[in-house]
Amino acid sequence: MTHDVIIVGAGVVGCSIARSLSRYKLNVLVLEAGEDVASGASKANSAIVHAGFDAEPGSNKAKYNVAGNAIFEETCRELHVPFIRNTSLVVAFSEEELPNLRKLLERGVQNGVPGLRIIGREELRTLEPNVSDEAIAALVAPTGGICCPYDLTFRSAENAAANGVAFRFDQRVETIEKTDGGWALVTGTGERFETRAVVNASGCGSAILNNQVSAVKYSIQPRRGEYVMLDKSESGCFKATMFQCPGPMGKGVLVSPTVDGTIIVGPTSEDIDSAEATETTAFGLDKMRRLSTRIWKKIPFRSAITTFSGIRSHEPSKHDFVLGEAPDAPGFFNALGVESPGLTSAPAIGRDMAKWVAEKLGAEAKAGSEVSDDVSLWPRIRESTPEQLAELVKKDPAFGRVICRCETVSEAEIRASIRCRVGARSIDGVKRRTRAGMGRCQGGFCSPRVIEILSQELGIPPEAVTKCGGNSRLCVGKLFDSETRSEGK
Amino acid sequence: MENDMNVDVLVVGAGPAGLAAAVAARKAGCRNVRILERDDAPGGILQQCIHNGFGLHRFKEELTGPEYAQRFIDAVEEEKIPVQCRTMVLDISPGRVVTAMSPDYGIQQFKAKAVVLAMGCRERPRGALMIPGTRPAGVYTAGTAQRLVNMEGLMPGKRVVILGSGDIGLIMARRMTFEGAKVLACVEIMPYSSGLKRNIVQCLDDYGIPLLLNHTVVDIQGRERVEGVTVAKVDEKRQPIPGTEIHYDCDTLLLSVGLLPENELSKTAGVTLSPVTSGAVVDDTMQTSVPGVFACGNVLHVHDLVDFVSQESEEAGRAAWAYAAGTAKTAERYTAVLDGFGVRGCVPQKIGKTGADDKVAVSFRPGGVFKDAEWRIRDGENVLFKRKGRILTPGESIHVELPRKLFAEAESVTVEVVQEGVSK
Repeated sequence: MTHDVIIVGAGVVGCSIARSLSRYKLNVLVLEAGEDVASGASKANSAIVHAGFDAEPGSNKAKYNVAGNAIFEETCRELHVPFIRNTSLVVAFSEEELPNLRKLLERGVQNGVPGLRIIGREELRTLEPNVSDEAIAALVAPTGGICCPYDLTFRSAENAAANGVAFRFDQRVETIEKTDGGWALVTGTGERFETRAVVNASGCGSAILNNQVSAVKYSIQPRRGEYVMLDKSESGCFKATMFQCPGPMGKGVLVSPTVDGTIIVGPTSEDIDSAEATETTAFGLDKMRRLSTRIWKKIPFRSAITTFSGIRSHEPSKHDFVLGEAPDAPGFFNALGVESPGLTSAPAIGRDMAKWVAEKLGAEAKAGSEVSDDVSLWPRIRESTPEQLAELVKKDPAFGRVICRCETVSEAEIRASIRCRVGARSIDGVKRRTRAGMGRCQGGFCSPRVIEILSQELGIPPEAVTKCGGNSRLCVGKLFDSETRSEGK
Repeated sequence: MENDMNVDVLVVGAGPAGLAAAVAARKAGCRNVRILERDDAPGGILQQCIHNGFGLHRFKEELTGPEYAQRFIDAVEEEKIPVQCRTMVLDISPGRVVTAMSPDYGIQQFKAKAVVLAMGCRERPRGALMIPGTRPAGVYTAGTAQRLVNMEGLMPGKRVVILGSGDIGLIMARRMTFEGAKVLACVEIMPYSSGLKRNIVQCLDDYGIPLLLNHTVVDIQGRERVEGVTVAKVDEKRQPIPGTEIHYDCDTLLLSVGLLPENELSKTAGVTLSPVTSGAVVDDTMQTSVPGVFACGNVLHVHDLVDFVSQESEEAGRAAWAYAAGTAKTAERYTAVLDGFGVRGCVPQKIGKTGADDKVAVSFRPGGVFKDAEWRIRDGENVLFKRKGRILTPGESIHVELPRKLFAEAESVTVEVVQEGVSK
């Protein structure tokens, strides 16, 4: 069968595009190399909804940052995704940094960022009492916010699926070629997919795909950022997202609350050879620790619950998002080089991309009554009042069985996260959809139970359950299995 | 609300601490005692500790974990103490209203005259150590691996490196070996093991598993599943020394790097916690800073031996009932117990100058390894008690019972280690 549109990549950009395209009378398929949505940069980033003062005026980054920020709240409301406009602060630590702060303010004004102003030491101290004594001024961006990037990706995908978009995972697109009616894509499994139009939202793979079809060549420089997450016992240390003013010491790292109450610290920034190199390093973590103490002198790393790194897809020739139809490849659309502020921009990129693709294909918009706003929402017990909890347990006792103690996640929620349209198929998939395993014990208590539930729901033996697809099996076999017993020696 | 219930002594947790506390409360005369347990069955972590070595102090015999637990479960059944399983306590108010949830009863609110906190502890995860490397499957805390092997019948891996020499890690070294895995090394960042000597002998030495002291894991490799780890020697500041790296091909890294009392609920009750033990600050009746709220077992401070958990919890159970019954002989004045040189985490932190018992139990953990040392309790220059230590080591906590009147005169006492006649 020929699809109208194939979107390559189920990150936050691909899924936002999918959701917007599902508003048109089009047959849409999403092909994802990973085993789940949000398995690349969308799962490992700062989760910041940027105000838009950082991007070069006139760039796609500036345009989509500000546009994305403006529709972010509405998007999150529609998708039932947590979003808090907590304000961003860019903190200066010395007189020599002040001109940079003013430059950011001017750039922000040019980009159309509302409400920017610079405050002095005292007001900063009143707003954020924990900021280091060396902080002397800050740029205040009241439209800066924080959100949950996996939730945004996943609920966008759910809503797209509710409106007819199909998703295929573990399908890495390897070759693409022109056909009479459009494009043919062949994946690593050998499957061939035909389509009238392609949207390339494949993150770090996006240049390779583009370069197969267009003479306008791009490259992607994977850029790694390392992070530490601190336990929610530190919640309340800062209300705003605390950036550092670019200065002689570089761009610094941010310290920010997350919508889940934890504290995120990072990222470092390091160009690396491979988009797969998501390891953390002693060097990077050390640097991150050092830089973060500029903002928060006594930053309590004893409260660290996890470290991780994310890879951003930086396009080194334009330093900008490449958005739209390739000039010499009709029906091949790029969302390439979407690094920070990609998360903020995603809803706006989705909206515009869908419009361009639909216009190209002459597709009609669906009538409002034909569009579902369903996002497979399930009740979360940690957000419920005792009265609501009593009702929930009466309806389904599985809401009363707490699986993840640290984040208070019930069995019913975990089952729902697997049973929904774009359901979890791994421990990490469950974790990102429900937060089971994301708390301070990092799955120590709940992972054996989540393995059991995944095994039941997916109809596979427990030893076949994976952490994140592929060969990431959590257990190598059953006890008393002769194969298990012999191979270690 | 039909689920409103008045309870005299409400025990949170049916592990060894909660079971012992409930039985002691009952035996002291409490008719209305109830245990809430989040798991499917009572017994707590002992249910997965199928090795022997439990009960040497208390029962003078070597029991397995489930056997030790069963003695208390039997006692609870004999005393007809209700144990409500699959029940998660969500909140404890400072006024001792306990909100709990279960699939069987929904939301319940208990009004307790006294509460015993017995929630146990959890393991420090990889993230808390900030170990660099990839994040593949195959990195487990030792207790999670123990659950998978002993309760679920699943094998977490075949070639194993263990980081940390806590007792669960040592036990799992032997357990994984029994099940056919190859345990390549046990790696400990400190110059001494944090586990019991007997476990090092019986779980590592007997199977030829090397214990690398002053070493740590500096990198984890493998995208999907662990493919190897890099271990390096550390200097006195516990920083890895370049050039000392050893690589191990393995598919599993087990972590046994410390236990943390699980005090999130205690915080909701407003209980003051000690930064040293991470558990509640208590008096000699195990009463916390919140009147009527008691704590015992690993939620109070991490124990090496369950025998002492039982003993401490019985004290908590009796005292909780006395409080509920209004018969508690609460002291008006206390003697503070302070950590001195070489001593970490004295429990209790204060001893009543008067009390129901003439004897009080004091325990602490040595802060380092001391050979041929002595530890003592002093009030200023006045030494109240001293005892020679064979070897004092952080892996083996010290427990002692002393007459209450020993402390009666002092404002505060300091517990400290003295080596070669000089305290530092």
